[in-house]
Amino acid sequence: MRYEAPRRTEDAVALLAGEAGKAQVLAGGTDLLVRLRTGFIEPDLIVDLKRIPAMKAIAAEDGGWRIGAAVSGIELGEHDGVRRDWPGVVEALELIGSTQIQSRATLAGNLCNASPAADSVPAMYAAGATVRIVGPSGSRDLPVEEVPTGPGKTALARDEVVESIFLPARSGRSADAYLRFIPRTEMDIAVVGAGVSLALDGSGTCTAARVALGAVAPTVILVPEAAELLVGSRVDDATLADLAAACSAAARPIDDKRGTTAYRTRVAGVLARRAAAIARDRALEKA
Amino acid sequence: MAPRDDTGPREFRIVGTRPVRPDGIDKVTGRARFGADMVMPGMLTGAVVRSPHAHARIRGIDTSRAEALEGVKAVVTRRDFPAEVPEDHLDVLDNCMAGDKALYDGHAVAAVAAISPSIARKALKLIEVDYEELPHVTDVDEAMKPDAPVLHEEGGDETVPAAVSRNVMHRYEYGHGDVEAGLAEADAVIERSFRTAATHQGYIEPHACVASVSPDGYGELWVCTQGHYMVRNTCAGILGMDEGDLRVTASEIGGGFGGKTTVFIEPVALALSRKANRPVKMVMSREEVFRATGPTASTSIDVKIGMKRDGTITAALAELRYQGGAYAGSPVQMGAMSAFAPYALRHVKTIGYDVVTNRPKAAAYRAPGAPMAAFAVESVLDELCQKFDLDPVEMRLKNAAREGSKASYGPTYPRIGLSATLEAARDTAHYKAPLGPDQGRGLACGFWFNFGGDTCVSMNLTPDGTVTLSEGNPDIGGSRASMTMMAAEELGIPYEQVRCTIADTGSLGQNEVTDGSRVTFAVGLATIKAAQDMIRKCCQRAAQVWGIDADAVIWEGGAARPAGPNAGKFAPMTLAEIAAIASNTGGPIAGHHEANAEGAGVSFATHLVDVEVDPETGAVKVLRYTVCQDAGKAVHPAYVEGQFQGGAVQGIGWALNEEYIYGEDGRLQNPGFLDYRIPVCSDLPMIDTVIVEVPNPGHPYGVRGVGETSIVPPMAAIANAVSRAARVRMAELPMSPPRLLAAIEGSRG
Amino acid sequence: MTQLHITTRINGDTVEFLCEAEETLLDVLRDRLGLTGAKEGCGTGDCGACTVTVDGRIACSCLMLGAEAEGREIGTIEGMATTEALHPLQQKFLEHAALQCGICTPGFLVAAKALLETNPEPTEREVRYWLAGNLCRCTGYDKIVRAVMAAADDMRRV
Repeated sequence: MRYEAPRRTEDAVALLAGEAGKAQVLAGGTDLLVRLRTGFIEPDLIVDLKRIPAMKAIAAEDGGWRIGAAVSGIELGEHDGVRRDWPGVVEALELIGSTQIQSRATLAGNLCNASPAADSVPAMYAAGATVRIVGPSGSRDLPVEEVPTGPGKTALARDEVVESIFLPARSGRSADAYLRFIPRTEMDIAVVGAGVSLALDGSGTCTAARVALGAVAPTVILVPEAAELLVGSRVDDATLADLAAACSAAARPIDDKRGTTAYRTRVAGVLARRAAAIARDRALEKA
Repeated sequence: MAPRDDTGPREFRIVGTRPVRPDGIDKVTGRARFGADMVMPGMLTGAVVRSPHAHARIRGIDTSRAEALEGVKAVVTRRDFPAEVPEDHLDVLDNCMAGDKALYDGHAVAAVAAISPSIARKALKLIEVDYEELPHVTDVDEAMKPDAPVLHEEGGDETVPAAVSRNVMHRYEYGHGDVEAGLAEADAVIERSFRTAATHQGYIEPHACVASVSPDGYGELWVCTQGHYMVRNTCAGILGMDEGDLRVTASEIGGGFGGKTTVFIEPVALALSRKANRPVKMVMSREEVFRATGPTASTSIDVKIGMKRDGTITAALAELRYQGGAYAGSPVQMGAMSAFAPYALRHVKTIGYDVVTNRPKAAAYRAPGAPMAAFAVESVLDELCQKFDLDPVEMRLKNAAREGSKASYGPTYPRIGLSATLEAARDTAHYKAPLGPDQGRGLACGFWFNFGGDTCVSMNLTPDGTVTLSEGNPDIGGSRASMTMMAAEELGIPYEQVRCTIADTGSLGQNEVTDGSRVTFAVGLATIKAAQDMIRKCCQRAAQVWGIDADAVIWEGGAARPAGPNAGKFAPMTLAEIAAIASNTGGPIAGHHEANAEGAGVSFATHLVDVEVDPETGAVKVLRYTVCQDAGKAVHPAYVEGQFQGGAVQGIGWALNEEYIYGEDGRLQNPGFLDYRIPVCSDLPMIDTVIVEVPNPGHPYGVRGVGETSIVPPMAAIANAVSRAARVRMAELPMSPPRLLAAIEGSRG
Repeated sequence: MTQLHITTRINGDTVEFLCEAEETLLDVLRDRLGLTGAKEGCGTGDCGACTVTVDGRIACSCLMLGAEAEGREIGTIEGMATTEALHPLQQKFLEHAALQCGICTPGFLVAAKALLETNPEPTEREVRYWLAGNLCRCTGYDKIVRAVMAAADDMRRV
């Protein structure tokens, strides 16, 4: 196995493109090193992204935020601007693992690991994030929900890397929230996760919303029918009850060691309802 | 053991204080050497090939490709162990290295030693094992059915009824009186079935050892274990060595809780070293720890209790079925003995079945067998309290065993502390505090026997008057401090004047494993007796110097003194003064004591817990927890509290989230700390403690073991709290969120 | 096999080592540099016994390649006490009996030190969540949390 730590994105791409054997991209490594150790993967090349300055940067862009692929949970959490505009995305990334994991874990790594239970991914779906992917022939932007294509599978070609994730501009009374259920208070994989982003008008009526669920399908899913229930409502208790029912109906989970189908179905609705209420209250605070 | 000489309460100088432990600085600076921290010259790395099948016949093992790999120095299979081993080591050997059959997912089938970890890992993949898969069974009730897949053709012993499966290895029965007659006297009888999942001790340090066997047959072993004498005897027996030819040194040990009271990789490392003629280091991965060490039993239990309206228990019956993995020896016997031990009952009976399944062989886990039984019994008692609207403390006090009560497992109790712990719980502010919505309070009692056993201690006086104490039990949670304190107390010298060493097997006689909460009691007892032996010798030296009779010298305040005015007028001689002239008065001075210690006093506890249930997710939050336990006499109260708190938290994990999850394929699905969920810091409140001291008449200072009782009540206490908060009786552990939510929704119809 | 040559700083000293690409920082510390204070409890980032600091932030050394240490500033338990004295956290762990077996202790101390450097006055809740990635199976955490709070108190008084 070789280890390379290029200084530029195009060098990383060239390394991937030039590798005849199996190559793996290393961002935070919190999933990759576990798979290396257990022998689940045996790559010939590891390309570490953390020495690429663009991948370690958080930059303002078009009123939104461009977050480098190697920015860690702690670095994101320390960024006041992102935290103010996208508290749900920040809290979702911060929920992953321990303080130790937070110094390493990244949004891009969480996305590219393509687990249906990834915590930050429902929050990014709800946020309407865009992913910048760089390959040998240049860069392209994909809506975040088009990146994971199945458990452990993404839309990236073998010689492509995620360079950054863009969170769009926020204005007025808008906010997001993410909740997950785990059996302990920390250190678990989400049994169910729910991300909600919404915008309210001056009267408190919802004008736009996105709702996403984690760990209830082979990939994180958007639930547009739940979002539609919010739009035009004042996000009151009756609407939230309908939202919960819509999310439970949209869930197509499996039984596994972490939870049952019945449990995930039920709790998907509960969490979506609670996350929507938090997002609403955050938006109302912005007055 | 003779009873205490002095019957009145004793004033202690050091016992009962909280000094810094002698091994503390090494452990906060990273200097302490644990199992995996040892390096020997020319050391190889050992690794194990493990069965991926729950049950399979091993038709053949081809090791030739692994042996041919550059850097591989030895490969062993069962053929490298003696064909004949002593009967009592046979199961242990078969568990360490499979013979004809692999009996569980993770069972060792071969091992390699190579010059680096990466070459050892490559070699593992080159070993080809030809398996014939067999039907398997991992559930205790399924394994008892007559048509269940059978692990051992020879089946159980003569105690087992004819109609059940050959997987039932033994049947136990305890009790007295006439249960049917007692039940007829009851105003209500509640009968309920319970199930508990297998759990793991979860020590943070994986098993590790370094073995070195030289061509003359002499072996050395460095190992993290709860008992290096046990390791010596077992490994020597398995490998056909003389026990005296194997010197075992205990490393610092990173937790055990019973799980390090047997061997797994140690005989394999020795066999590899013998074959390679090089030292071999073996360290288990966490996955190997979960798949192939000794978790505790999963159980299925029926309890039936009759009670009068006033709270009097009229009769109690329990049938306990424990699977202990692939070999006989589940902890069901102690479950059956301890189930009703806290109560004075006229009519009581317990029946236990020891069952084998295709799971790793159970090892001891803190009060082995008792917590599951207590969960079932204390749950039914709580339900009876609810039925008759009785106070849980008052009901238990009414039925509590006391001095003179006949225990359900046979003996009559001497002085015991159950009632004192109940009264202590009743007197806490916690017991009277108000509860909020979706909150519940649970209370439960627990019992553990405590043990003594073979103990050998040696104490030497150095020329400058410091005392070096050598004992043979690994210090797993501060026992060096306790021994040092008891030695200093008895000798009448400062704590700082005593140094405690855990000696290797070449330096002391046989010592029983650090188990059964025996160390502070038994090693403490031997330390006190060794100190008395040293005092006697010091008094003789002083008598010699003074030219008086040894009987005329007493030991007081750390010095020899004339017994009275008639003995003569001499200035006291301190330990240091006696040490300084030892060479001229007969040579070095040492005290020692060897015994099979008896008189370990039983210990009871009452736990009190408040929880809050989220009725929409089934999540349980532990809000407040209080442990009240009888310590007899707390030698180092901070470490006694630590035992109370640690046991309670292990119980919280067992109650709420910890479980071995097996798939349909018989493979363990959660062999890691990610999905085997032991409590994390943010899950918990502070754990309050009340140390109750009802002296043990069998120990000079009144000490009782404290390490194990603390894990007996928690699951019951939490189940009682959860059941009251959620208004539905939980009878299966763990009470994981999916299980609790299903019960809550089921109870609403 | 080709080994990588890495230059890094550990506990303030410049250190060079060779390692294979797949070796973790924990493997390097323990097996190549003799710094066995960091322990391997799980190898998967779930227990925190291998906690070290990397450029001042805590990380599981089992989840980091040795090669990634190039040019970084690594801190381990061996660097916590000065030549004159124990760190206040080490002292409080001893006084509060915050360890039983001691295997998790180095990881807890390194993590707690980083906490008090970023938050000198943590609440009990903050201590518990910061340390949630450090498993202890002996103590039930009670005395560990108390020791950290006591050390924070002491350090604020200095």
